[in-house]
Amino acid sequence: MSRPELVAPPEIYYGDTEATKYTNNTRIQQIQADMTYRALELLNMPPDEPALLLDIGCGSGLSGEILSEEGYEWVGLDVAPSMLEVALEREVEGDLFLQDIGQGLGFRPGSFDGAISISVIQWLLNAETSHPTSSPPHRLTRFFTTLHSALRNPSRAVLQFYPTSDDQIQLITSIAQKAGFGGGIVVDYPNSKKARKVFLCLFVGGGGGGQQQVPKGLEGDEVDGSRAKFEGRRERAAKSNKKRKEVKGKEWILRKKELYRQRGKESVPRDSKFTGRKRKPVF
Amino acid sequence: MVRLITHNLLACHAKGCTQNNFPLQFKDVSIELKEQEVNSEFVKNFLPRLEWKALVNTARQLGDTSLPEELPDMVDDDFLKALHHVLFEIHVEEGAMVCPNCGHSYPISNGIPNMLLSEHEIG
Repeated sequence: MSRPELVAPPEIYYGDTEATKYTNNTRIQQIQADMTYRALELLNMPPDEPALLLDIGCGSGLSGEILSEEGYEWVGLDVAPSMLEVALEREVEGDLFLQDIGQGLGFRPGSFDGAISISVIQWLLNAETSHPTSSPPHRLTRFFTTLHSALRNPSRAVLQFYPTSDDQIQLITSIAQKAGFGGGIVVDYPNSKKARKVFLCLFVGGGGGGQQQVPKGLEGDEVDGSRAKFEGRRERAAKSNKKRKEVKGKEWILRKKELYRQRGKESVPRDSKFTGRKRKPVF
Repeated sequence: MVRLITHNLLACHAKGCTQNNFPLQFKDVSIELKEQEVNSEFVKNFLPRLEWKALVNTARQLGDTSLPEELPDMVDDDFLKALHHVLFEIHVEEGAMVCPNCGHSYPISNGIPNMLLSEHEIG
């Protein structure tokens, strides 16, 4: 599958159809929800304290709904108007902004208790125009410096993204560090092709929760509770074993004949015990 | 859905606009009142982060005069309720926000402010 960020800029790629498709796809919903919970876990907010979070690239509010469920107030940013429209339709609880994060965030210093971002910052890695402000390093710098100032001290930002190469990770972490962030990369399930997830875990000041250390990524095999091994194969086998229902059985023939009689059609054969029976295989 | 709580956090981020860029002024707005459950703990926690003067002025501009000029020393339930109303229940649906310094106008439509800058305004 080709990467969507190589196809078109986000505000164009996520047009009306793509936005609805994205939001209604249960598989995407599941993945987004899992990553949001994991991001919240990494965010390590003090329990039972109301907080204002920033959802960077909130899209249609899939992650925002979870934030609301968990009792957080949130503000969502996204650059795709169609996505925000879907979010409005879904009546999410946070405030929404149409904003290009590569242009910087316009928030007063110390506004937010934390920030999460699910599958977004890889979009910053492509230059859309040749203007100097459109180069990935410039956009990343602008994003990270303004994000750093918008967050409280101490606090954290957890950004999940899909890097294509180690160079990209290197670029992003170095720019984040220059912007003043501490922290680093957390990789969940590093050995799994499918479940591998990269989180950029950034600290402002002490990072909150009194620990400076970057949390450990999840290891071992992917836990996937929703489907057992070979489930698909079993389902298919069950389907093919079942005897196919006769399409034109006796009932159907009787119904049709009745109908013809009602319509006054002549020469409808009368019903008998032979109706709908197979002929003997006689030669 | 621009609520005053987020408006109170917003500043202009256009290029070179670093001073006197807060608060953004509302222009030609239409507001909607939507009730929301009171979360007094959140409001109390958020109190030190608010720019009080800006909040009161903006609320008055939108026609809500329930907040006192100065931040009271004692926080009681009535005050929290009024503050909750101003912060969460006033939704600006249409209009624009104008930066007092550089004059950049951020249009609001359908409750979503458009914070995009054009190329020459990116810092």
